[in-house]
Amino acid sequence: MADKPIQGEKRVFMTGNEVVAYAAMAAKAEIMYGYPITPQNEIMHYWTRMAPKYNREFLQTEDELSAGFTTLGGVLAGRKAFTATAGPGNTLMQEPMSMAEAMRLPSVVVVQQRGGPSTATVIYSQQEVTMTTLGGNGEGLRVVYSTSTHQELFDYTIKAFNTAWKYRFPTFVLGDGYQAKMRESLTMYDPEERGIELLPAQPYMGKPGTPGVDRPPSQYRNTYNVEEELYEVLQGYFEDYAKMAPEVAEYESFGVDDSDLVVVSHGVVARACKEAVKELREAGVKVGYFRPITLRPLPEKQLREAAEKSGRFLVAESAQGQLDRLLKEALFGAKVEMIPMYKPGVGITSEEVAARVKSVMG
Amino acid sequence: MAKAVKIILAGEGGQGVQSVAEIIAEAANEQGREALYIPNFGVEQRGGVSVAYLQIGDEPIGAPKFLTGDIVVALSDRAVHRTRQYAGPETVFVYDSGIEGVEDAIPTNAKKVLPIPAIEVAKNELHPRVFNIIIMGAVIKATGVVPEQRAKDAIEKKLGYKFEKNPKLRELNFKAIDRGAELVAGAL
Amino acid sequence: MSVQPAMPKSWRLDTKPHKFCPGCGHGLVLKALGQAIDELGIQDRAVFGCDIGCSLLSWDFFNVDTIQTHHGRTTPVVTGMKRANPNLIGIAYMGDGGGYAIGSQHLVNAAARNERITVILVNNTQYGMTGGQMAPTTMPGQKTETSPYGRDPEKTGYPTQGPEMVAAITKEGAYVARGTVANLRQLKGFIKKALENQINGGGFSFVEALSTCPTNWRTNAEETWNFVEKEMTKYFKVGEIKVPGPRQEEGN
Repeated sequence: MADKPIQGEKRVFMTGNEVVAYAAMAAKAEIMYGYPITPQNEIMHYWTRMAPKYNREFLQTEDELSAGFTTLGGVLAGRKAFTATAGPGNTLMQEPMSMAEAMRLPSVVVVQQRGGPSTATVIYSQQEVTMTTLGGNGEGLRVVYSTSTHQELFDYTIKAFNTAWKYRFPTFVLGDGYQAKMRESLTMYDPEERGIELLPAQPYMGKPGTPGVDRPPSQYRNTYNVEEELYEVLQGYFEDYAKMAPEVAEYESFGVDDSDLVVVSHGVVARACKEAVKELREAGVKVGYFRPITLRPLPEKQLREAAEKSGRFLVAESAQGQLDRLLKEALFGAKVEMIPMYKPGVGITSEEVAARVKSVMG
Repeated sequence: MAKAVKIILAGEGGQGVQSVAEIIAEAANEQGREALYIPNFGVEQRGGVSVAYLQIGDEPIGAPKFLTGDIVVALSDRAVHRTRQYAGPETVFVYDSGIEGVEDAIPTNAKKVLPIPAIEVAKNELHPRVFNIIIMGAVIKATGVVPEQRAKDAIEKKLGYKFEKNPKLRELNFKAIDRGAELVAGAL
Repeated sequence: MSVQPAMPKSWRLDTKPHKFCPGCGHGLVLKALGQAIDELGIQDRAVFGCDIGCSLLSWDFFNVDTIQTHHGRTTPVVTGMKRANPNLIGIAYMGDGGGYAIGSQHLVNAAARNERITVILVNNTQYGMTGGQMAPTTMPGQKTETSPYGRDPEKTGYPTQGPEMVAAITKEGAYVARGTVANLRQLKGFIKKALENQINGGGFSFVEALSTCPTNWRTNAEETWNFVEKEMTKYFKVGEIKVPGPRQEEGN
């Protein structure tokens, strides 16, 4: 039995869902738990086709609550476990992921955003930003990577497992229906051949030896009897998170130093913005481009610098200001005008961004 | 630097527009070019107008969808209505000349409107099954995104297992590419 | 010098006395489970998951690796562990609300998939931790905080027949029984058989334990025993309902 689905480097042309399945294989994920929902289904389809060949496991559950909680079970047993979901499934997924936050369980969730609220469309949106970054009854103790290309879907799905197991916070790869279904080229690789160390998973439960005899029992809870107990636990988590934030925060930008306006976007919308800003700059327009890759934590320092230099942000997103809200919190007190370009549940083209920039800049 | 060529293919489910887009995209990728193809999809497993968005260029492609196509191909009356919004002053709008009653829906702002008898050619000269391959020949000729031989190689890759059993199918498909190309060659 | 009752070897002594109310049945069910773990010698590979509700107070009860989960979600967490590492002996411990109400879809589907896990469900006819609300298992006419005039089956149905339901949807290889804290020897035997069934790779195993809640029932010792022995057994028949083997498939 071959143990590696990808050997060497290989240029491929495929859908984003297929990319995610390959990336999880390459990251040495051991088990996937999932429930059907469009537009993420093909992640499960490709995973289940490859799994027996590479000694991996799959369980189709009864709903996303179960997909999330079985994923946590897989993590507790010491396996690299993941799930994928979208839309209303992501809503249900917030319950298990809040437990992952409370108990520092390194679960990985791939989200392919679809229209909302409710069932809405199975097609596309960026309307799961608030929920994916801050969902659950908690404090957003999680990492969220928003990918923009198939290459990034591959790179960041691999990275998500490392981030999760290094820092022990649940980690999300936030894609969308466009990325899920479109085909484009990318280079797949075996991460270890590129010198990327894949952190091993470690069991929380069922470690060697008899509990109480050879070792203390491993006992985990998310319930506390008094307020102070919870408060103290959370202070430790916030400290860990604050320490981690600058290490994991990522962004991409150009032209922010000499611009009167910076276009800020994330995910697939950033492709349109990048194309538009490049063209405008070639035509001599003083406009910049900024894209947070991590939506949680945000690259706050760089965002503030970009805001203060340009004084104006045009925020483009396929949602009614969900990214904008995160940005405003990060930028509180900075002197920057926030100009909205919202198309909830609808794609944004580079033509539209270019036209909007021109109208704003006069 | 040339910008990516933007192509819209639209038809009824079963007309094979998605396969055409996918094969062209793969042919371009094989050639080392950048390609991005995205189908429209919704809650209906069947029915509805099927639209394929395809971009081919030499730099990484930007947004997956776009407002205006360089070439827009509509293969049914509903597809004409659905895709007229994608026509602009630089657009070549191609539709099957066998579609009736769409005169008022044909975009008037397109650079060129090109009716082609693809359905008729498929039915009378070749085989209805290769209708979409005729369209593929027309699209690659009109856009020059990939050489005809590359398209044939891509078809071979996709359907080679069928051709092994029935070599006549190969001949039929390749002929369809050539005929499709001929249909637009004269008109452009 | 006080005399301590014998405690199972797998109990964690430094967390005793336990946190359950006086007269609560949980301690008895956990005693039966502790004895079964001891007798089977699985303390090193058992993993224990407890739900929300009074069952969560067992999170540090055993010298066994333990995860306290969310309300109703213990079944999928234990399922996930067992699927990821089949060498573990997965025990999901929950109340009637967790198993039959908020987590019923997990119970039904884990049973239907014949997951190789053991579910132990404590039935005390109401929600204990939240203060005595009506549960799926509340008896007809029984007064609770949300059925203050007594449960009206016309409006809220009859008590859930959990083991009977699980028996109906599992295939051969499953083990299903209903025991009671009023007969601890028998209950331990059922739990032991359920765990053996998992160890042998048989299939889903499920034990419901009829239990007591004098705090919310507002009963004295005599009334408490009377309720669990006489009243509850009118609806909840104690005994083995399904044992592994194709013979049981015939039914009648």
